Amino acid sequence: MLITFNNKLKIIMSLTSYLGEIFGGVKSLLTGMRVTTSYFIRPSTIVTQKYPENRKTLKMYEGFKGEVVLVHNEKNEHKCTGCGICEINCPNGTIEIIAKQIVTEDGKKKKVIDKHIYRLGMCSFCGLCVKTCPSKALAFGSEFEHAVFDRSKLTKTLNNDGSTLMKGVEE
Amino acid sequence: MPFDIYDFSTLTEAIDLSLRASMPAFWAVVIEFSIIGVVFLAAYALLGLGLVYAERKVCALMQNRLGPNRVGPFGLFQTVADIIKLLFKELIQIKQADKLLFNLAPFIVILGSLLAFGAIPFAKGLHAVDLNIGVFYVMAVSSIGVVGILLAGWSSNSKYSLLGAMRIGAQIVSYELSVGMALVTMVVFAGTLQLSEIVELQREGWFIVRGHIPAVIAFIVLLIAGTAETNRGPFDLAEAESELTAGFHTEYSGMKFAFFFLAEFMNMFVVAAIATTLFWGGWMPLHFGKWEAFNHIMDFIPPIVWFFGKMAVIIYLIMLFKWTFPRLRIDQLLTLEWKYLLPINLFNILLMAFIVLMGWHW
Amino acid sequence: MKEILEDKLENSNIESQDYVINMGPQHPSTHGVMRFLLTLKGEVVESVQPHCGYIHRGIEKMCERLTYPQVIHLTDRLDYLSAHINNEAVCLIIEDALAVEVSERVKYVRTIIDELNRIASHQLWWAAFGMDLGALTTFFYGLRDREKILDIFEQSTGSRLLQSYNCPGGLMKDIHKNFQKDIKDFIKYFRKKLPEYDRLLTGNVIFKQRSKGVGFLTKEDAISYGVTGPSGRGSGFACDIRKKIPYGVYNKVDFKEILYNEGDTFARYKVRIDEMWESMKIIEQLVDNIPEGDYAAKMKAVIKLPEGDYFQRVETARGELLVHIVSDGNKNPYRIKFRSPNFSNLSAIDTMSRNQKIADLVAISGSLDLVIPDLDK
Repeated sequence: MLITFNNKLKIIMSLTSYLGEIFGGVKSLLTGMRVTTSYFIRPSTIVTQKYPENRKTLKMYEGFKGEVVLVHNEKNEHKCTGCGICEINCPNGTIEIIAKQIVTEDGKKKKVIDKHIYRLGMCSFCGLCVKTCPSKALAFGSEFEHAVFDRSKLTKTLNNDGSTLMKGVEE
Repeated sequence: MPFDIYDFSTLTEAIDLSLRASMPAFWAVVIEFSIIGVVFLAAYALLGLGLVYAERKVCALMQNRLGPNRVGPFGLFQTVADIIKLLFKELIQIKQADKLLFNLAPFIVILGSLLAFGAIPFAKGLHAVDLNIGVFYVMAVSSIGVVGILLAGWSSNSKYSLLGAMRIGAQIVSYELSVGMALVTMVVFAGTLQLSEIVELQREGWFIVRGHIPAVIAFIVLLIAGTAETNRGPFDLAEAESELTAGFHTEYSGMKFAFFFLAEFMNMFVVAAIATTLFWGGWMPLHFGKWEAFNHIMDFIPPIVWFFGKMAVIIYLIMLFKWTFPRLRIDQLLTLEWKYLLPINLFNILLMAFIVLMGWHW
Repeated sequence: MKEILEDKLENSNIESQDYVINMGPQHPSTHGVMRFLLTLKGEVVESVQPHCGYIHRGIEKMCERLTYPQVIHLTDRLDYLSAHINNEAVCLIIEDALAVEVSERVKYVRTIIDELNRIASHQLWWAAFGMDLGALTTFFYGLRDREKILDIFEQSTGSRLLQSYNCPGGLMKDIHKNFQKDIKDFIKYFRKKLPEYDRLLTGNVIFKQRSKGVGFLTKEDAISYGVTGPSGRGSGFACDIRKKIPYGVYNKVDFKEILYNEGDTFARYKVRIDEMWESMKIIEQLVDNIPEGDYAAKMKAVIKLPEGDYFQRVETARGELLVHIVSDGNKNPYRIKFRSPNFSNLSAIDTMSRNQKIADLVAISGSLDLVIPDLDK
């Protein structure tokens, strides 16, 4: 015969491997298509939410680092003594403490906080100010919608107007 | 059965008679042409808009997200908003580009697509041209698009565009061979090239069922080669965003880019329509030979709904290809065609001819 | 750029097919701002020259003015996808130098969050790799699964990506009460999803053709260029610091070091997928046994390291990060040096891409998993 037995065997082997390649390839493609189709037919697997419409039910996890706030209680009192430790510990100068001297009832001069300035635009949310405050006055708030049209609005004063120091906070 | 399916040719003949009765023959023909032109252009544009929206929704559902949902109810007017945006864009003129060819290229691409669109039978009697060489006409006309793409790449006067256009040219020309041979397989089975005849022949059962093995193989090959020919899916290396050479339509902006984009979607539509017509029965309802009651129920659904329903399934398959698989490299693409699809096609034609001669089909 | 052209003109005759293309700083697939100068001969790549430095922020210089606790929030920004591991490196140096004993609870929690970070980083890598190759759905699947880990981070540490959770002596605050339950839920969920990744991408014939046999890196080259991490382990270089110099509680858990010997893109891909399985195994062994204790040891208010040099090596998701601190007794480090894994991984890209096609370059740089800010510091 023109084609020897060996060559016939080779032809049959290459033909079977050719067909095997085709079927193996098609099978792998069908498996992939099954995965995507399984998500297509189940609209319940949609994970995205319609953001501005779901604001009422949207709650961030507690402890989310949205911004730094000075904790005030119902009587509008806070715990900041104006010591300036947060300003020293902040890595990039986000916090600026402006203190003033007042005269207490006993006639002694005392330093209290006038303005606790916090520049949201520069904060890197490292948490050192919250951690190192001796009177635990600062905390992280969960507000995350900070976009403004005017950059000066990013410089916030953290102590509310007319708020006073809580009694018994000095160390 | 035959008297249930509404024949659109009665409507067209009625219009023709009333027009010829009221004015000289020449004007009647002109008005008929313009009516057909307007109807088909409108259908083309609306189907294009619908397809773009459908693709975005389908791919969103596959990816566990919502897709367009703000512009209009369920985001239906998203494509309209996109078209308005594209209309407002500046048409950048390139100084050293060949101006005539640069401006002509998008129109040539749309032309090829629109000509093929006209030959598809949407329902009984509802098609623009019914040539007795229907399949051959569609094949020929869809090759006009290549010329447009090559012109676009050349006239942009940029080496990246030229490289991309050359690759696309090679890809389209290779895969046209496979598409042609898959269609020839079914023509061998049907015995006629006329598209409306082919649909009529599938009254007893769709070709994919009657022509068992070779028809199934031909269908799969047609799907693969069809997506490759329209530069979609895993075969879109030459115009993909994350590759280096950016493709033939980089220099186009605004409405001209929209033309290329629209032509790609409508080409996909044409491929799906041809596949439906030749394999899945076109507008024929699903009939199972002897089951009279079943056939009667199926006949109640209007043929045009059948047509679009089948198209939807095939278009879903084509979209699935795009969003599931990674891209093929250009040499792997050409290897796939010349070493795998072409031998399979040739073998398939032989097999189909053998089956037709022996009568091993029903 | 000019020097390259002049050099080429002098030393070789440029054929008419050669040209130099810029894969510019803005490119969808370079994962950061990185500029590659490719010399092409037709379709084939002759050489790749990376130009980095577009996102150099001077982190090492900034650290010379900061105190030790303040350095930690900057290490987050190096390789931001393994932020916690970077933080841990600096904390370990300080704790070792001052001989501070951290409680077991701290070590367990640090290791668990390390491994979660590794899984999250590999999920993002898988998402971006699939997208580079054209399978656009993988992006969404990877990110969808990663969201569950980020939720766990948000509850305990406060932020999703740049945690700054470590501090010298322990952790910033204690873990949330849902920590263990959420992690167990996540592991149950992800064990079902990871085979889906295999079905979608790994077994796919198109993907195998695009990644097998592409971008070879031999073991000798990997050792000499210093390619560590999953990229090195794909070439057979056994460089896992978690096995060689264990820190945290890695010496108490049982896990395999994944090694593949082929050295091509597919091997590097497989290493990372297998590492995700191993990380889940590690977390499962640790999550139920977190001992009670302090979440931070007492440290002095001002931290000063004694004079001398200090080293610490950790295994980030991309390779070996080595931190070298030179101290002269002050509260600021005199010099701090980060040996970033991405810089050494990138140096091998020229060897790997010679004589490959352009389309393969995207696959190769995706399989190296580069994070450019880590390169530029």
